Amino acid sequence: MNAPPEDQPASARPGFWRRFSQNLEAGRRAYVADLKEVFGRPAIDPTFWDDLEATLLAADTGVAVATRAVERLRQEAAGAHLRTPADALAHLKGILGAEMAPRPRSLNLDGRPAVVLVVGVNGSGKTTTIGKLAFWLRRQGRRPLLAAADTYRAAAIDQLRALAQRAQVEVVAHQPGADPGAVAFDAVQAALARGADVVLVDTAGRLHTRADLMEELRKVRRVLQRLDPNAPQEVLAVLDAHVGQNSARQVKVFAEAIGLTGLAVAKLDGTARAGVVLGIEEELGVPTKLVGIGEGLEDLDAFDPSEYLDALLRMEAT
Amino acid sequence: MFDSLSERLDAVFRKLTGRGKLSEADVETGLREVRLALLEADVNYKVARDFIARIRERAVGAEVMESLTPGQQLVKIVHDELVVLLGTERAPLTYAPAPPTVVVLAGLQGSGKTTTAAKLALHVRREGHRPLLVSTDVRRPAAMEQIEVLARSLSLPSFAPRGTLPVEIARRSPEEARRVNADVILLDTAGRLQVETELLQELRSIVDAVPARHLILVLDAMTGQQAVAVTTAFQETVPLTGAVLSKTDGDARGGAALSLRAVTQIPIQFVGTGEKLTDLEVFYPDRIASRILGMGDVMSLIEKAQEHVDVEQAQDMEKRLRQGRLTLTDFMDQLRQIKKMGPLEGLIGMLPGAGRIKDLAGAMPSDGQLRQMEAIILSMTPLERERPELIDGSRRRRIARGAGTDLASVNRLLKGFNQMQQMMKQMGKGRGKGTRGLPIDPAQLLR
Repeated sequence: MNAPPEDQPASARPGFWRRFSQNLEAGRRAYVADLKEVFGRPAIDPTFWDDLEATLLAADTGVAVATRAVERLRQEAAGAHLRTPADALAHLKGILGAEMAPRPRSLNLDGRPAVVLVVGVNGSGKTTTIGKLAFWLRRQGRRPLLAAADTYRAAAIDQLRALAQRAQVEVVAHQPGADPGAVAFDAVQAALARGADVVLVDTAGRLHTRADLMEELRKVRRVLQRLDPNAPQEVLAVLDAHVGQNSARQVKVFAEAIGLTGLAVAKLDGTARAGVVLGIEEELGVPTKLVGIGEGLEDLDAFDPSEYLDALLRMEAT
Repeated sequence: MFDSLSERLDAVFRKLTGRGKLSEADVETGLREVRLALLEADVNYKVARDFIARIRERAVGAEVMESLTPGQQLVKIVHDELVVLLGTERAPLTYAPAPPTVVVLAGLQGSGKTTTAAKLALHVRREGHRPLLVSTDVRRPAAMEQIEVLARSLSLPSFAPRGTLPVEIARRSPEEARRVNADVILLDTAGRLQVETELLQELRSIVDAVPARHLILVLDAMTGQQAVAVTTAFQETVPLTGAVLSKTDGDARGGAALSLRAVTQIPIQFVGTGEKLTDLEVFYPDRIASRILGMGDVMSLIEKAQEHVDVEQAQDMEKRLRQGRLTLTDFMDQLRQIKKMGPLEGLIGMLPGAGRIKDLAGAMPSDGQLRQMEAIILSMTPLERERPELIDGSRRRRIARGAGTDLASVNRLLKGFNQMQQMMKQMGKGRGKGTRGLPIDPAQLLR
């Protein structure tokens, strides 16, 4: 793996957000072609609004957000003197930006140690995100420690160990099948003893429909609170950018079960655009805080709504 | 899966079937709502558009408008089109005349390839074959350990040599299969973020290196609009022969399933329905279409019951029920049979009108509650199970302690059982109606 430049955040390096809007493969090409067809036409014609809605739907914004945004744009078109689709595009960014009203997006790491509980459905990218997050925090001068509380999936502990080695951080792990709460507890104790200041707790993937497994998460949280009533400082749900409207369901159920402080969107790439986060912010009020683009350990950064919208609606091939 | 799509469509249809005549405006409104339901279920927007167009074409024709029950005609058209969309035939896993049969699994990261590989291995073994699990995933940390752990838990051989190129592993796998006397190779590949041409090329070269009979795409049932782009990208690289839809036990509305078929025409062969390695089901397109439209999937339910319920035991119990001689031992047998059939929510989903009775699922005991009931009954002496009226306060306390629960739970179970016994006696007098199949409604016990 190439050593990343240590002195700048991932998004400052060329290509982080660009990769998201890059014209790499068929799916992306089709999307850009759609965008061009919608916004590139000379005038706002009768089919413009329907085509615009379809474009938003294709980005997984969901029907509610797409309809609402198009309706507003339509109503404001006359007043805002929107004559061409290009005008409308600029205005649309403003409207979607409003869906992502300013919310605190930086991680709350006030705690000794601060505890970040990472949850999500199976295969959403929790373990990889934790590896990236550890690396990201270390680069900011923090001392993260990982807790291998996914004791269920075969070889999950080995996977976390391998990632930790790459990110050069320590792991606290028990045997497969051990109690996740106990692992989290020991990890916090270990952090206190070894002077680590952030504990990242990896949990087993669970579908949000499993009430029993939600209870298990609540137990992990209770155990953490015994050591520090303010812990966990962050409860992040990891969403797979390829998942559609079900992400909103996931966030809703996880938020009700254990309370979420933010989201990390994993696997955002040229085709998976995760438009569902727009609706999640608006309706559930859970802010997206982190975003992963790409497979490298350094491919994680803070989520920036305006960069995201630019990338989402960028027409150019690069 | 599909439950809420089914619920939504049911609401639309009820509005339509409730009346005698349908105007074109009625049909338009109905179709708009169907489109909305499809989009909310993550059906690809282009697929949804074409689907609605086809239905509109047929619906505004004489076929519907002039029939006596236009609403039902419309439902029938939607059903027919859904079946067309999902494909009519099931596509079983076939075996090569000259072993080994090679099955290659491809898919995005986190779609569930490795777990599916192990589930398929179990399926293959149940069909009388001898599978070998192979991992060519040299990228994801611990992916190879994962396949070894899974293989070990099934007492199956695995082949995951470290420090070897994926193509080389694939090439050597038939030889390894011969060595361990396996006749089916399940070959897991590295996950892809799809945009990576390099990895898609690797998949190509793996497929070139082994004579793959099946090339199966594993797709997360929750995938959104990208299901089409993802599948297309894979299909452009390698000749996919089928698909497995994973994680269908969540509340995904299954739009990905509809889009996948519509665009690629490859059959969905299996669905993953849970975390356990036995949680893999054969996919029947026509049954799923019925389930989506709230018509139920009684065939699957019956098969499931036949698979898991001991007929003799059931007949024996029916006899005793008629005589009102139900004991707690019988009751426990029932609980165990229900448990074997899998999560109750899944069973309810197969009943006709499932959308409407879905609230029932909340009232049904969870697997945990079933386990607790079982624990309580197991903490009784054989005599107590035969004659529950013997169980007094002191015995109750002992039972609660033994089952690791509280007195209230024991009381609840006994009270519920008592009521049920009364009911059964009544029913026995009333010529035993409703005593066939599963006579006990566990939901009763929780009230």
